Amino acid sequence: MNRVLILFAHPALHRSRMNAAMMGAVQDLSGVTFHDLYEEYPDYHIEVDAEQKLLLEHEVIVWQHPFYWYSAPALMKEWQDVVLEHGFAYGDEGKALHGKKLLSALTTGGPEEAYQHDGQNRFTMRELLAPFDQTSHLCGMTYLEPFILHAVNRYTQPEIEAAAQRYRERILALM
Amino acid sequence: MTSHFLFQAVIYLLAAVVAVPVAKRFGLGSVLGYLIAGVVIGPSLFNLVGQVEDVQHFAEFGVVMMLFVVGLELRPSLLWRLRGPILGTGSAQVILTAAAASGVALISGQTWPVAVTIGLTLAMSSTAIVIQSLAERNVLNTRGGQACFSVLLFQDIAVIPILALLPWLARANGSQISQPTGHSHESALAHFPPWAQSLITLGAVVAVVIVAHYFLRYVFRYVAAAKLRELFTAVALLVVAGVAYMMQLVGLSAALGTFIAGVVLAESEYRHQLEADVEPFKGLLLGLFFIAVGAGLNLSLVLAQPGLIAALTIGLIGLKFVILLGIGSAFRLGWGSSFLFACALAQGGEFCFVLLGMAGQQGLVSSDTAGPLSAAIALSMALTPLMLILNDRVIQPRFAKLKAEREHDAVESHDHPVILAGFGRFGHIIGRLLENSGFGVTVLDNDPDQVELLGRFGMKAFYGDASRADLLASAGAAKAKLFVCAIDSEEKSLEVIDLVQQEFPHLRILARAVSRSHAYELIKRGVMDFRRDTLGSAVDLGADILRALGYRAHRALRTVQTFKCYEEESVRELAKHYGGDQSAYISIARQHIQNLESLLREDMKRQHLDNEDAWDTAGPKS
Repeated sequence: MNRVLILFAHPALHRSRMNAAMMGAVQDLSGVTFHDLYEEYPDYHIEVDAEQKLLLEHEVIVWQHPFYWYSAPALMKEWQDVVLEHGFAYGDEGKALHGKKLLSALTTGGPEEAYQHDGQNRFTMRELLAPFDQTSHLCGMTYLEPFILHAVNRYTQPEIEAAAQRYRERILALM
Repeated sequence: MTSHFLFQAVIYLLAAVVAVPVAKRFGLGSVLGYLIAGVVIGPSLFNLVGQVEDVQHFAEFGVVMMLFVVGLELRPSLLWRLRGPILGTGSAQVILTAAAASGVALISGQTWPVAVTIGLTLAMSSTAIVIQSLAERNVLNTRGGQACFSVLLFQDIAVIPILALLPWLARANGSQISQPTGHSHESALAHFPPWAQSLITLGAVVAVVIVAHYFLRYVFRYVAAAKLRELFTAVALLVVAGVAYMMQLVGLSAALGTFIAGVVLAESEYRHQLEADVEPFKGLLLGLFFIAVGAGLNLSLVLAQPGLIAALTIGLIGLKFVILLGIGSAFRLGWGSSFLFACALAQGGEFCFVLLGMAGQQGLVSSDTAGPLSAAIALSMALTPLMLILNDRVIQPRFAKLKAEREHDAVESHDHPVILAGFGRFGHIIGRLLENSGFGVTVLDNDPDQVELLGRFGMKAFYGDASRADLLASAGAAKAKLFVCAIDSEEKSLEVIDLVQQEFPHLRILARAVSRSHAYELIKRGVMDFRRDTLGSAVDLGADILRALGYRAHRALRTVQTFKCYEEESVRELAKHYGGDQSAYISIARQHIQNLESLLREDMKRQHLDNEDAWDTAGPKS
């Protein structure tokens, strides 16, 4: 059975309904480690060794975050910058993550049709996610089909709960 | 208690209470305030007080106490280190000034013994005015301050042989002794042969040292055990008075004797208690002394011979100033310190009056000569605070600028770039941080245990008081780049910073601020790199509390960071209003804090991304 590490980054969780619900839906699953980066490292001082150890202990890595300025919130980027070290995650000696699976779990404000070539955001989600995909690739991981929830501010409360349930099922399927 | 006494007390105290705060407010220093008060109530103006001489004799005890306190602050080891300056600069000043002044007197037609007498008299400076003024500026421990002190101490010692010399000069001059001498400096040992006199005198000094060093602590302990505050004060005064009396008996200067007693007691565990007990008496009596000097200023004489007295005063100050400046540069004090040295000591002193009085009794100096001389000496004393203000405001800033410009060209130093003063609860964190980061730190602390501990961990540490220029110099202050002040006492911290700014203007100062008012004082001195020592840990704990109340970690941290920024800004802003009217300050502060609070609330919303409309908080609109 695969163990799942969910790396969660949200700078204003007190303003969030969807990510809070998603978090509630998965964090108590056995075999899932839910790792709340903004709660763990509010001062951006990431403990690299501890993070690398966590990565080694899991077969599936999830980056869960709001799709913030077509990317991840700053702390997630910082995490990538310091944890995915040369010689650990990439480079000749860096094979620690080889064979693992990586999933992006994202929420966006814009609707799906905005993420089209003729839409407001001019690029598709998969195009915008190229840096994540390539990061995963360079680290020898398989970049899975992302789990994306669009236009989350339009969700009613029951719809949110249903979406969170779908997220739970997606995670369960990876285990 | 007669009503006359009470009237006098009221006049003196009132004069001091009115004049000194005014003088202080105008930046003139307390000495000038007292002197002006004295002139106003003295015979020359309103004539509110009777015999000034009696008061002056009484108040001279203030000078005695001052030297006791100065002694208390000087460890024997430091005094020993000052032996060079005391003998070198001290003898140079007395001999050169005496020679030059004698020369002038000879040219103006005095016989050589009279000329020598006048020369020796005018070589003296005013210990009281100089030490008080320098202490008020916190510069006693600078190189210039220590040079002043050395010279004053030498003069204090030199008075004794000079007094002994006067009768001999009188015989050489063939003068008639006008009246039997009844002066306080006259020794009770006169009927002993000279060798026995010297022996007894020496014995008295040794007795003071031995008693102070070995026995007084038992007396202090015994009295302290009685737990009566005033009894300890009584013992402290008894020590001063007793030593002063004994010294006078054997013909030594009382001030010198109590100074020695003070130095011996400087290492005692009762030192601070003694200082605290004697301090208020010293302050009041010294104030009284200055008032008496002011009151003794014979304005009618000045008005009668304005040209002569002005010439004498300017001549006296000018002559001493030039000689002192020459000595300063000969002894390599540096120009800044030399000017302080010259401005501080270019006046006559209280010993001049004593010597002139004695010389008058010996028939050496006629009252026609002594009168204008006394007036000039008193005027030069009154002008000293002004000279020092001139030095502060006009002369020193030039050197500070000059030095700063020169430092830019300095070669890279391979010595430790950081000097850290204070290695207590705050400083040791900084020391370890810097050491771990690979920066050389020179640590100064006046707690020997702490220093020893450091040594065991291989850190270069100096035991000693960072408020001493020589210690800073030996710690490599000339080559260092940063001076970190982590001292826990506000007063000490400011003293050290004043010293560093004066002596080592190239050092960038980073300081621990112990309180808001301390922070204001730092800002006043241009030290903007400071951190309030409790702010950081208080907001850290505040963040933990916010988390315990349900904030997410990141939000809690953002909150306290924003709060801290505003705190820092507020201190710097309010510093502009600090120091003036208290109630005005409070109302400005209150207004300011209110404005800040609303700004802070706005900013926090922004920091928490609360103003952003992009989140799904609100849900669908329908």
